[in-house]
Amino acid sequence: MSRIEAAETRTLLPLRARVVPIATTMAASALAVLPFVSDTPLLPPFGLLMLLAWRLLRPEMWQAWIGLPLGLFDDLMSGQPLGSAMAVWTMALLALDLSDNRAVWHDYWHDLLVAALILTFCIAAGWLAAAIVAPVAGLQTMVPQLLLSILLMPMAMRIAARLDRFRLAR
Amino acid sequence: MAPPRHRRPGFSRKAQLGLFAGYVAAVTGLLVGIGLIVASHFDPQGFSTLRGVATDLAAPLTNGGRAVVRAIGNAGGEIAAYWNAGTQNAELRRELALSRAKLTEARILRFENRRLKRLAHLVEATPDKVVVTQVVGSSASSARRLVTLAAGASSGVRQGQPVRSAEGLIGRVIETGQISSRVLLLTDASSTVPARLVRNGLPVLATGHGDGRIDLRVLTAGVAPFRRGDLIATSGTGGVYPPNIPIAVVTEVHRETAIGWPLADPARLDYAVVLKIFEPDLPPPPPAVTGP
Repeated sequence: MSRIEAAETRTLLPLRARVVPIATTMAASALAVLPFVSDTPLLPPFGLLMLLAWRLLRPEMWQAWIGLPLGLFDDLMSGQPLGSAMAVWTMALLALDLSDNRAVWHDYWHDLLVAALILTFCIAAGWLAAAIVAPVAGLQTMVPQLLLSILLMPMAMRIAARLDRFRLAR
Repeated sequence: MAPPRHRRPGFSRKAQLGLFAGYVAAVTGLLVGIGLIVASHFDPQGFSTLRGVATDLAAPLTNGGRAVVRAIGNAGGEIAAYWNAGTQNAELRRELALSRAKLTEARILRFENRRLKRLAHLVEATPDKVVVTQVVGSSASSARRLVTLAAGASSGVRQGQPVRSAEGLIGRVIETGQISSRVLLLTDASSTVPARLVRNGLPVLATGHGDGRIDLRVLTAGVAPFRRGDLIATSGTGGVYPPNIPIAVVTEVHRETAIGWPLADPARLDYAVVLKIFEPDLPPPPPAVTGP
């Protein structure tokens, strides 16, 4: 599909088709305020999982700057230093654009591998951002969260696919 | 499967420029984000108003979420009860389950009663309290250890005030909204509390470890004063934290350091007392220097 075509279909899309991905990503970010009090950083970054799932499913839907507003919202919800998800998510989206231009083919496992790499980068970078602002525990405390995030990624992709059917249903 | 050629704008000048502008915006925003992180390194309280508004917005969600979590827990129990009732001697079993549940309930009530009494006693006996409130959430996915309280600036909560529960010290308020506030837990790696060994009064420093434990260091070199099971309490040195609030129990002893486990377990905190900032009596002014 050419870029012009994509731009035209995007503007022709009904409101629901444009709002659903953004709303679900923000809702996933807001899961961070659930009343779950824990000692170690264990809950996966749900907002990032949803963002990646949407981006992998519909590469043409968003431009890379969408990481800025969504990341800002995630920062406000998660208690991370302001700007960390903004910067890290945008970096991830730019990297995905680059890899899309280079990749000759892609399938489910390729997508999952890319998602795992990006999750590793984002969680490590988020840790670094927190460490710049205040001393935090070693990077190894993030490992359980990372493993959990990667294992939950297929579920996020399924959820995005289901929501996509709802989004485009007539 | 071949990748979609969605990033090829074709020959349209307008589409090419639009795509380029998108990338310019993304990179600019990215740099702004990094700038924000660096800014909060130099001024950690810089965006506290914005963050306060965000925690305020999230507070009803968090409070509502509590009810949902509780309702889901109840639903599980109800389904189990339905299956039990379907068995042959449903009557007897239900009665047994009922009395068993009642017994558990009575035990829980007794336990809660004891805790609330302790808290009530604490509230009466603490003249310097600001407000008694609930812990409603935490930063479970971030590397920093923070919890959210259901009271904010409108109830008199201010930055820097110490927070405790019936069991012991929880931490210190670092951000306030109007109806909610964030507390830095003792176990956060950036939290250090002046404390002392209750057994012999030796001054120690309690620093968070970031994973639920607390590092204890003695201030004098060459002594190994810790024993397993030792109680650590605040010393009140330097102000902020009032003296004699229990902090941790020593669980692991090295030579001059020890690892402690906090007495107030953040995972089951529900009520917390926000205290006024402790200001020790000022020392007498130094004698006036007279010229020779």
